[in-house]
Amino acid sequence: MMRLFVSLLLSLCVQNIWAMTESMPKIDIGKGGQCVKDPQWMRENHMHLLKHQRDEAVRKGIRDEKISLKNCIECHASTKDDSVIARADSFCVACHRYEAVKIDCFECHSGIRKSAWLQQRNAK
Amino acid sequence: MSDFNLQRRSFLKTSLGAAAVAIAPGMLLFSTAQGKSEGASSKVRWGMLIDTAQCKPGCNDCVTACNKENGLSGGTSATDSQWIRKIEIKDISSGRELSLPMMCQHCENPPCVDVCPTTASFKRDDGIVLVDKHRCIGCRYCMMACPYKARSFVHEPLSDQNPDVPRGKGTVESCTLCVHRIDQGKGPACAEACPNKAILFGNLNDPQSEIAIKVRSVASVQVRADLRLNPGVRYQGI
Repeated sequence: MMRLFVSLLLSLCVQNIWAMTESMPKIDIGKGGQCVKDPQWMRENHMHLLKHQRDEAVRKGIRDEKISLKNCIECHASTKDDSVIARADSFCVACHRYEAVKIDCFECHSGIRKSAWLQQRNAK
Repeated sequence: MSDFNLQRRSFLKTSLGAAAVAIAPGMLLFSTAQGKSEGASSKVRWGMLIDTAQCKPGCNDCVTACNKENGLSGGTSATDSQWIRKIEIKDISSGRELSLPMMCQHCENPPCVDVCPTTASFKRDDGIVLVDKHRCIGCRYCMMACPYKARSFVHEPLSDQNPDVPRGKGTVESCTLCVHRIDQGKGPACAEACPNKAILFGNLNDPQSEIAIKVRSVASVQVRADLRLNPGVRYQGI
């Protein structure tokens, strides 16, 4: 009886994990790496950091490079097209589409890594 | 036994070396990424002194430099953003002609800030008047209030902005004195681009600064000084 129960539980779990990995968004994390906090903390709180930093930077001129949007893009822009918004699996788009959260950051802000943007401008 | 110890020692050595190589760039990145600026200080008052005698008619270099730095289209129609304009003026009675650049005058008492219903229009502690586009609702009261016609409204969706200069449809914008460059310790793009050094940029509050010395020693005026807005931009020879 116990064995049956355990095997049933196991099969349920395996199925759940399988289902979870199947529906999770597939993200191009670019260069990736961790510079602010661990990924799970960032998933939950990145918006608060960005919002805090944007007011400090714009209104007081306190530019904390480490938690600036530009710095996020520097590492997380795709290594293929230097963007966090260009494709369905780009760093920002993939999760936000999955969670159905519409952001308007990139109506003003550039989603392109600055070094790549400079190259493009100088090539023109 | 001794053989084993030797291996262990060499293993530890190589692994330590590998760990150091792996961690070093991270540590370097971490230490450079710590660069947190102090922020704008009210001890500073950024300003400009424009020598109209040095400003050549027909020269547009400051405007071109501004457009390139801030990603403006360079168009001059009613719906195009213009942060700096070249103006040619003529005194009818004497026939004297002048050429000068006109942009946001970065007033000490800015009317655009007074009228803004969302406090999007604001003056930074170091005297730079800016639009916080996170709060701007695009009502354009500030454009009405500005006696210098310095502000523009973005009518069309934009793309390919400078990562340092976010701009977007539905917000008002104007000369920022190249605030992103100032915070990096550089000066505005227009002042740097002027071939005749007609635009002098600096800290008006520092008595030893070049601009403060010149303001003290030569005659200069503020445009529409009668409004008592105390602009940070001053003109010589008008």
